[in-house]
Amino acid sequence: MPIIEFKNVSHNDILHNITGSFRESRITTFVGPSGAGKSTCLKMINGLLSPDAGEVLYRGKDIFDYDISGLRKTVSMAFQSSPMIHGTVYDNLNLPCEVHGEVLGEARAAELLDMVELDASFLTRPVREISGGERSRISLARTFVHRPEVLLLDEITSSLDYVLVRDIERLVMRLQSEQDVTVIWITHDLEQARRVSHDMWFLRKGELIEYGPAEFIDRTENPEIRSFVKGEH
Amino acid sequence: MSFLQLGLSLIFVAIPLGLTLFLKLGLEKDIIIATVRSVIQLLIIGYILTFVFESDSVIFIILMILLMIAAASQNVVKKGTGIPGITAIIIFTLFVVEAVSMGILLGFSIIPAEPEQIIPISGMVIGNCMVLSLLFLNKFKDELVAGEEVIELILSFGGAPEAAISRSLKSSIRTSMIPTVEAMKTMGLVQLPGMMSGLIIGGADPLEAVMYQLLILFLILTTAALSSVMVGYMSYPKLFNQRLQYIGLRPSEK
Ligand SMILES: Nc1ncnc2c1ncn2[C@@H]1O[C@H](COP(=O)(O)OP(=O)(O)O)[C@@H](O)[C@H]1O
Ligand SMILES: [Mg+2]
Repeated sequence: MPIIEFKNVSHNDILHNITGSFRESRITTFVGPSGAGKSTCLKMINGLLSPDAGEVLYRGKDIFDYDISGLRKTVSMAFQSSPMIHGTVYDNLNLPCEVHGEVLGEARAAELLDMVELDASFLTRPVREISGGERSRISLARTFVHRPEVLLLDEITSSLDYVLVRDIERLVMRLQSEQDVTVIWITHDLEQARRVSHDMWFLRKGELIEYGPAEFIDRTENPEIRSFVKGEH
Repeated sequence: MSFLQLGLSLIFVAIPLGLTLFLKLGLEKDIIIATVRSVIQLLIIGYILTFVFESDSVIFIILMILLMIAAASQNVVKKGTGIPGITAIIIFTLFVVEAVSMGILLGFSIIPAEPEQIIPISGMVIGNCMVLSLLFLNKFKDELVAGEEVIELILSFGGAPEAAISRSLKSSIRTSMIPTVEAMKTMGLVQLPGMMSGLIIGGADPLEAVMYQLLILFLILTTAALSSVMVGYMSYPKLFNQRLQYIGLRPSEK
């Protein structure tokens, strides 16, 4: 059974009748031109947005039939700009706990930093002093605080240099297999999608043109995908 | 002061009028309108107050206060805040702040229950509440734009709207109160506060004028804090829905 399914999902003028699914313990990338509705789709998976029509299912059940606050711990999200609050790295790692009235603790925080290959000395550093690559890692570490089953990543490498981009890709792939999470990853970079994907969704102008194991992107007969792929080279 | 003396004070209007004509600043029309309006509005208020004071009737006092609240809320709401239901929130806040202030002032007999005291002090309370509400809403709007990503971030952790908004909300409350607190620190150093000057000109003992002014300052501190906190905590839930989603400001709403 797919872990997440979209059934005839429409939203304003942004998404049109999207039906598709995601396999568990796989990396699925969302590919498609800017403005295609990728971020909108992603936010529907953890209920930050709801469809006007249709439904999004998590393990066969409409996500709004779950306690939405609990579901968001299970389906965790990293945003494009790696937003941070003022304060230290620890304050930011602790944020997902703090908002539930809990405390993360230094040991667990150090463990999370270790997962993203940063050492524990970062904990006391103010976030305004850290670099872009470190910021992305911290944002990624933060998504693991509640031990999620699904990670939603929205263009998390778009502001990084090429070398750092490759580092983050390796990191996500390693964490995906080690932690056995399902990853849904938006990227506008087709090369990146080819490197990291098991599966792909290709979206254009709010429509899901094709989805499935990643190879389709280079084998498809669909003219819209073919012209997008050509434009990338 | 006699009407003749007031008439002579129009010299102070003639000077800027002459300057704007001579230098072609183009302000003459505005200066004339402003002068005429201030004369008419204040004279009307003067006659109304005389009438209310002489009648000494509770109904008229309450009517005056209601009028002030209506005018003040009109002023806040017409700025178009983007928060649904803000009209009711502002009116409720003005009522509560006025009621709390008067409750303490009259309950502890800090001021005598006379219209000469109640009406001008209510005017200051309501006016200050209006200014602080506006100030708060402006800061809050800026904070929401700047803090939108953090709001969505916290919601994405499963945090409640209160947790998501708390940083933006508290920062807006704090910054909207700063001018009031800062003004208190320099009070009396540069210029004498208007009300105190008025009392002294009217022949009051300076120390008594100071004591009155202090009372007003403390009162204004309370109205500032209450206004920002109340407007803030009553408005933020309107920015979210039942599904813990952030809707944000809707510019057409009042
Ligand atoms: N809050 C919003 N209100 C109205 N339109 C929006 C909003 N957010 C995004 N859009 C529009 O929806 C479309 C899809 O946006 P998005 O999902 O961000 O696309 P992508 O992530 O694929 O670039 C775009 O045309 C965008 O302008
Ligand atoms: Mg996007």
